[in-house]
Amino acid sequence: MDNSKSKTPDMSVTIAGVTLKNPVMTASGTFGSGMEYGQFVDLNRLGAVVTKGVAAVPWEGNPTPRVAEVYGGMLNAIGLQNPGIDVFIERDLAFLKDYDTRVIVNVCGHTEEEYLEVVERLAGESRVDMLEINVSCPNVKQGAIAFGTDPDTLCRITQRIKRIAAQPVIMKLTPNVTDIAEMARAAEAGGADAISLINTITGMKIDVETRRFVLANRTGGLSGPAIKPVAVRMVWQASQAVRIPVIGMGGIASAEDAAEFMLAGASAVAVGAMNFHDPYLTERVVDGLEAYLERHGIDSAAQLTGAVIG
Amino acid sequence: MEKCTTTVSTCAEIAETIYDLQLQLPETSRWEVRPGQFVGLYPGSAARLLMRPISICTAIKPDRLRLVFRAGGPGTKELAGLRPGETVDVLGPLGNGYDVEMLAGGRVLLLGGGIGIPPMLGLARSLTAADAEVTAVLGYRNGELFLKDDFERAAAHVLIACEDGSTGVRGNVLDALRVAQEETAHEVPADAICACGPLPMLRAVRRYAAERKLPCFISLEERMACGVGACLGCVVRTRAVDGHSHVRNARICTEGPVFAAEDVEI
Repeated sequence: MDNSKSKTPDMSVTIAGVTLKNPVMTASGTFGSGMEYGQFVDLNRLGAVVTKGVAAVPWEGNPTPRVAEVYGGMLNAIGLQNPGIDVFIERDLAFLKDYDTRVIVNVCGHTEEEYLEVVERLAGESRVDMLEINVSCPNVKQGAIAFGTDPDTLCRITQRIKRIAAQPVIMKLTPNVTDIAEMARAAEAGGADAISLINTITGMKIDVETRRFVLANRTGGLSGPAIKPVAVRMVWQASQAVRIPVIGMGGIASAEDAAEFMLAGASAVAVGAMNFHDPYLTERVVDGLEAYLERHGIDSAAQLTGAVIG
Repeated sequence: MEKCTTTVSTCAEIAETIYDLQLQLPETSRWEVRPGQFVGLYPGSAARLLMRPISICTAIKPDRLRLVFRAGGPGTKELAGLRPGETVDVLGPLGNGYDVEMLAGGRVLLLGGGIGIPPMLGLARSLTAADAEVTAVLGYRNGELFLKDDFERAAAHVLIACEDGSTGVRGNVLDALRVAQEETAHEVPADAICACGPLPMLRAVRRYAAERKLPCFISLEERMACGVGACLGCVVRTRAVDGHSHVRNARICTEGPVFAAEDVEI
């Protein structure tokens, strides 16, 4: 009997030498460090947990209201509140030690030195499989997005991080630029091992009855299904421009959405704002993606990457 | 904590824009609900992805919830349109709730203002069952005294205030306490205060409690995204560095919504 057709597809993907059991990650900032969503999903089933951004010292973040719903999405201006790298290592990283999933730590800072300090601290942490450098948060006044909107600055900070990083480095790009391909090339030129995109799109909401900004920060980052077509387009453009792997995200709400990002050129994907809608979503996307591959007779998830026709 | 699909038993407007929604949990779900906890209700429209945080009025049974909420924005208006037999997805039970054990046996003032009234009903019942002497002070906008009859069965004493003066004392919950004191020549006795309502009311209640050196617990609300402590959207400024966040912010959805009044900056 020929069983080859019913063989379950190989879900593993490899990014910068790190093999993930499947291409489904969490998007930074939407999943904490996994503790909260561990009540809903088995973290062992995820390709990677990407943690909320961590800085050298605790950050208080922005005033409230920090979140608002908009049509098909949401705005947030959390402002990268985080407990700082010491608590992160002692508590969050220790928590993840018990799980069989890849750990990608998202790193943020106000200055280049602050990023470097966190990267250096993490160099000795064997539980950290990769670093994702947040040069794209729209909600922090200094640093963050400023590093991600100018190609020369992006290239330079990537170089400096690469010099001291012990783990592969993913540069997380902002969509708030004119030419995403140029930014992708700048990260690659700086030595990035991979890029991830998109971070949120800067947006705004005004309450017309009270005539006030809904968010205390006035502007916020738009995420959710509303941004998916923009994200898919940018993943495609970025993946055409570079040879390093691309991790795609922006409004993924289903396995089909994940497949769409991979067809556009992503080697892996991240589920973000829609975790808030469905706390079980990450596992559903893993299962659904496997079913998608079977349905289409595709042997491995890796074969989906860039396989859009035309 | 889980997200599950519930079936609407009833959904009725009990005062202008105030809805009484009763939900049947699925057979596999049995919730242990503490008074003061809340749920996230998901509008069915695909364009609305976030849950609406709504306090639990009472857990009628371990598989049956009563929620009383105000239909303000488009999401809650959609939820107000639910009909018996229809389904709605619910995330819960969320938050810490009140510490009934600590308040048991004492004299407890429950102050509810507007849409802060409903969660006080479940608390009144639990406290009365725990041998507390409950005085419920309810502040309404107008003469539509929703849940008043339920409170009269659940609490030893009920005081009513109406902003428009149509029934009870004209004013707010503190005006009702002041008038009660004038009428009886002594202050309404209390060992502790629990309150839920708009921020100006909570600030005034905190002052009232501090002047009398009474323990005071208040229930806060904020715009939320995840509801489970992951997104850090719904924080409140705290007096001291918070044990989880390591900054002076606590998550209302997780460390709250009930806080000791002196611990938060409102």
